[in-house]
Amino acid sequence: MTAPASGSPATPAAVSQDGEAWVPSPRQRERDAVRRRMSRRAGLISATATVVALVLLVLGVTSSPGWPVVRETFFSWEHARDSFPTIIRGFGINVMLFLVAEPLILLLGASVAVVRSTTAPALFPLRALAVGYTDLFRGIPTILVVFLFCFGLPALRLQGVTTSFFWLGLFALTMSYGAYVAEVFRSGIESVHPSQRASADALGLSHAQAMRHVVLPQAVRRVVPPLLNDFVSLQKDTALVGAVGLFEALFAARDYTNYNFNFTPYLVAAALFVALTVPLARFTDWLGRRYARRERAGTR
Amino acid sequence: MSGGGPLLRVEGLRKVYGDKVVLRDVDLHVDRHEVVCLIGASGSGKSTLLRCIDLLEPVDDGSVWLDGEEITDPRVDARAVRGRMGMVFQSFNLFPHMSVLDNVTLAPRKVHGQSRADAESRAHELLATFGLADKAGEHPDRLSGGQQQRVAVVRALATRPELVLLDEVTSALDPELVGEVLDLVRALAEGGTTLVLATHEMSFAREVASQVCFLHDGAILEHGPPEQVLVEPRHERTRQFLRRVLPHIP
Repeated sequence: MTAPASGSPATPAAVSQDGEAWVPSPRQRERDAVRRRMSRRAGLISATATVVALVLLVLGVTSSPGWPVVRETFFSWEHARDSFPTIIRGFGINVMLFLVAEPLILLLGASVAVVRSTTAPALFPLRALAVGYTDLFRGIPTILVVFLFCFGLPALRLQGVTTSFFWLGLFALTMSYGAYVAEVFRSGIESVHPSQRASADALGLSHAQAMRHVVLPQAVRRVVPPLLNDFVSLQKDTALVGAVGLFEALFAARDYTNYNFNFTPYLVAAALFVALTVPLARFTDWLGRRYARRERAGTR
Repeated sequence: MSGGGPLLRVEGLRKVYGDKVVLRDVDLHVDRHEVVCLIGASGSGKSTLLRCIDLLEPVDDGSVWLDGEEITDPRVDARAVRGRMGMVFQSFNLFPHMSVLDNVTLAPRKVHGQSRADAESRAHELLATFGLADKAGEHPDRLSGGQQQRVAVVRALATRPELVLLDEVTSALDPELVGEVLDLVRALAEGGTTLVLATHEMSFAREVASQVCFLHDGAILEHGPPEQVLVEPRHERTRQFLRRVLPHIP
């Protein structure tokens, strides 16, 4: 990654933006050459180390006494192939859960955070509700929320309440993650410097206007990386709904395993989840780096 | 409401942080078109006085009157009062996620109900007046400190405030950028804008002020025309302070 200042040594006579012709001095050319040598060396070392580490890992696993059995029960190509169609169908449900839950969670989290930051006396009951909600749902394990919603809500036999595990599970995930996301938003709101609010006050903006035009836009920008991190987590937690029998990827894998006594489908499901989460995780990293760079550029 | 009385009247103002008295028994009268400079060491209470006037800080005793109305009455709509004043901070405090134009037009549009077109035409006019015509579309982080502070002043002026409060507007600037901001403030003073400014720029205060107030330890020790306070101070504390900031004063 330590790419040398490329270009300039290869083209000795560079012309800078303001049209000034520039020939690097012999000292600079020498420095560039040394840097190139050093970076080639660094690349070679990291490549060698990676290969050695991988070989050791594979040797370590495959030379263990139980490996032949493990290979048969966890890495069976036939079972992977046979279970794949049902698992990928189930995985579609995970993706659907995620895609529908994510915007709902954002909406819920942002609303709760904004409600918590209000000061109007008339809104006290709402604020109390928001605090109670975050405390409660951050405290209950998500799988428990799934059980409570999927089995508890239909048991109430309320008119008009769905009995679909998909929608009840989606509701459970939304409520559980909404509490976390609300806290992320709230930390973002509180990270906006008080001088920004003072500035908005001084201009005569109301609390709501200051929130809407000054605080929230800055807060949202700051919390995008941690929010995406929560969504990586949500992508795999959609599997929790499988616990009540919704035929998503993990449940499909378990179903296959129960009939065939082979665990390979679990790895198939795992691979699918990894394939889904890794791009988002990389994107989060990239975005975080970009924000960090911009914040640094802003400071004098 | 509007009458012959002073535009701003501060009476017996007291402000306390914890057990530290920041302002004690401060009286101040500011007439229309006056330029009042608050001078004094750091921590003497200049900024707090301005923040109390703009109702950014609740006062602990005394009162502030704007155009004959007591604005420190808790029943007064602080938002409406602030809408009649402009405040500029030492650290600019522009909104970093908005363009210069949006920074300037936000309050006119949202607080004073102007249409976007009206607000923008006024903003362009002001920006042009102060040499910022080509910066309207930029974001604050693309501007120099001096330009940012000039935008902050324009933002404060965009709502046509009756009174403008300037809190050490040049203290965070590199020395070579101070002049452009002082030029702007001078233009405002000459244009008849009523100004109350906390400043460390003594020669500037002497040039533009109609009244100079020397604050020491939360109290106004001495006030009067600049020729008197800055040249022939009556109080020993004032002399000490001026000797420190103006070494050539005997």
